[in-house]
Amino acid sequence: MARMNLLQAINNALDIAMAEDDRVLCFGEDVGVFGGVFRATSHLQEKYGRERCFNTPLVEQGIIGFANGLAAQGSVPVAEIQFADYIFPAFDQIVNESAKFRYRSGDLFNVGGLTIRTPYGGGISGGLYHSQSPEAYFAHTPGLKIVVPRNPYQAKGLLLAAIRDPDPVIFFEPKRLYRAAVGEVPEEDYQLPIGEAEVLKEGSDVTVLGWGAQMEVIDRAVELAEKEGISCEVIDLRSILPWDEESVVESVLKTGRLVITHEAPRTGGFAGEIAATIQERCFLYLESPIERVTGLDTPFPLTLEKEYLPDHLKIFEAIKASAAF
Amino acid sequence: MITMHGVHTPEFLTGDELHIPIFQLLQQSGSLFPGAEAPQLDQDKARRIYRAMLGTRVLDERMLAAQRQGRLSFYMQCTGEEAAVVGATAALSDSDMIMAQYREQGALLYRGFSYDEFMNQLFGNELDYGKGRQMPVHYGSRKLHYMTISSPLATQIPQAAGYAYGQKLAGEGHCTITFFGEGAASEGDFHAALNMASVHRVPVIFFCRNNGYAISTPASEQFAADGIAPRAFGYRMHAIRVDGNDVLAVYRATQEARRIAVEHNKPVLIEAMTYRLAAHSSSDDPSGYRSRKEEEAWREKDPILRMRLWLNELGWWSEEEEKELQEHLRREVLETMKRAEKRPPPPLDTLVSDVYAEVTPALQRQLDTLKSHLRKYPDAYPKGARSLDPDVGMTQLDQPFDAQGEL
Repeated sequence: MARMNLLQAINNALDIAMAEDDRVLCFGEDVGVFGGVFRATSHLQEKYGRERCFNTPLVEQGIIGFANGLAAQGSVPVAEIQFADYIFPAFDQIVNESAKFRYRSGDLFNVGGLTIRTPYGGGISGGLYHSQSPEAYFAHTPGLKIVVPRNPYQAKGLLLAAIRDPDPVIFFEPKRLYRAAVGEVPEEDYQLPIGEAEVLKEGSDVTVLGWGAQMEVIDRAVELAEKEGISCEVIDLRSILPWDEESVVESVLKTGRLVITHEAPRTGGFAGEIAATIQERCFLYLESPIERVTGLDTPFPLTLEKEYLPDHLKIFEAIKASAAF
Repeated sequence: MITMHGVHTPEFLTGDELHIPIFQLLQQSGSLFPGAEAPQLDQDKARRIYRAMLGTRVLDERMLAAQRQGRLSFYMQCTGEEAAVVGATAALSDSDMIMAQYREQGALLYRGFSYDEFMNQLFGNELDYGKGRQMPVHYGSRKLHYMTISSPLATQIPQAAGYAYGQKLAGEGHCTITFFGEGAASEGDFHAALNMASVHRVPVIFFCRNNGYAISTPASEQFAADGIAPRAFGYRMHAIRVDGNDVLAVYRATQEARRIAVEHNKPVLIEAMTYRLAAHSSSDDPSGYRSRKEEEAWREKDPILRMRLWLNELGWWSEEEEKELQEHLRREVLETMKRAEKRPPPPLDTLVSDVYAEVTPALQRQLDTLKSHLRKYPDAYPKGARSLDPDVGMTQLDQPFDAQGEL
């Protein structure tokens, strides 16, 4: 075990993947000698050479197009998009190409080796274009996998799983926690399963569900709720696509109540998908309306960021409202 | 990289002084231009090229007719561009990767894709490698190193750069060629690809079929500059413009491009000047946007005729062989079409396979729900209901060619 922050855990995972398999390549804007604007790829070029870890021109559609080609050829590209806010120029390559490559070719070709890493989320005074959480745009795309870790241990295990997964994976990294989240991380190689949620705390009154950076916000809210005698079951979804319906259903059948939270705007956010599925599958067991604690349906603001974010107090109020309904 | 050369008056350059010539070897009469030298091409290979070009023409004519009869939902012809596509393909190693747009069926035919394989894709039957999922003409072949076609334009261009980068690292001396039209070259992916390929020294050949039109949009409304070729210089890339109806020039240019790509790990841009003699697709009627006179002028530059005259001149081809081959190809197209349209569709389970490497539980549930629904309404969904029950075989399928008579 070693103490690592989230960035170090990611760097460590990339290092292990590159050491193990020559086909693994890391590239993106400023990823080379500089090691990335957040330093996630530090020293990888030094260790593995310019051919395997390199800067690309500043062109997101090119980065992902290039990565799709590499993956189709049999390489294992780990492409970085500097901020999730700038993934949209590559939306076509991801949605029309990466996601559909295997299906449309009848499995003659695939880009299963592809992993796209990108920092997401607010809370760092990033304004409109350094704060977004675009997971729901991609969740509407069959063929993609979407993974969001919440801490260094998860980041390493899930990233190694993503790199080796036979399908293209978008790996959203909570940048607010890059240096803030520190924890014990095994130094050896290990993987955590994609597509499986994790029950972090068992409870009986309300299920509280989130992912990524929102999990530590949930922890604070749950602490307040438990002081008021509300027993919360906390679930980290970990994978947005495919998502672990069974674990959430099982929990809600027990608690009868569900609070879902994400930073992204409410309308069309992934909480809507979860809420619809749970009301279909748990209708007779629900004792209150499913609560969604989310960002507002606005672009992500700078000055009023604290007011905008679904913080622990908003989640706390939702838990209380759910329990008291 | 930028050279700093100071001047003291405001000098603007437009590039107008740059004139890119068209590389030509073969005249329409079938004779070489004076001083032109034919590429090293033995008789067997020359005949293989010719057969693929003619085979493409015959396939296209028959399948457009089939679409007009309602036997096929959609079709796109390569007519007029056979020399550009087949000539370029012939100059490559058969294991170089081809990443095409959609008007390059000649490349597949040259590499040995059979008419049965074409037809299975066109009719989306159970033998289609793509499992009937994509529109007609979206071919792919792993064994022939031909990446499956997708409709979004230009997306394959940066992919080709990435694929070729992987080939460079693999060190096996292969390259990738990517075909695209002059319209697709307006997409952002074109710029992304050329820049990345040049910066990272990738063995890729960018092959532009400049056929004058992107659906109804003439090239004059596609770009203001001297075509596509000069764009290469902004990326510090080798470029050549070639007569796309001259199979020998295309072959020679591509041969040289491949040498530059593979020996020096440098990308190359080829702009083949040609003309889209057919409509854009079976859904398009060009009479609304261009003249018959213009089409006629290009019909006289037919690339297949030009090559045939050259072969005749060398004594490598005769009128009898021509007649025999045409008859053989027509018969084979018709027979394979009949076989393909009689075959059943892919089984229902293929609806949800290959979305991911393994079917997810959620998708399995959706398939199960669909199956229950189909059992309830077996007559409302002929294809789906049939493939549910393995006992219902081909005998109960419609036989559309019988109903509509022989072509």
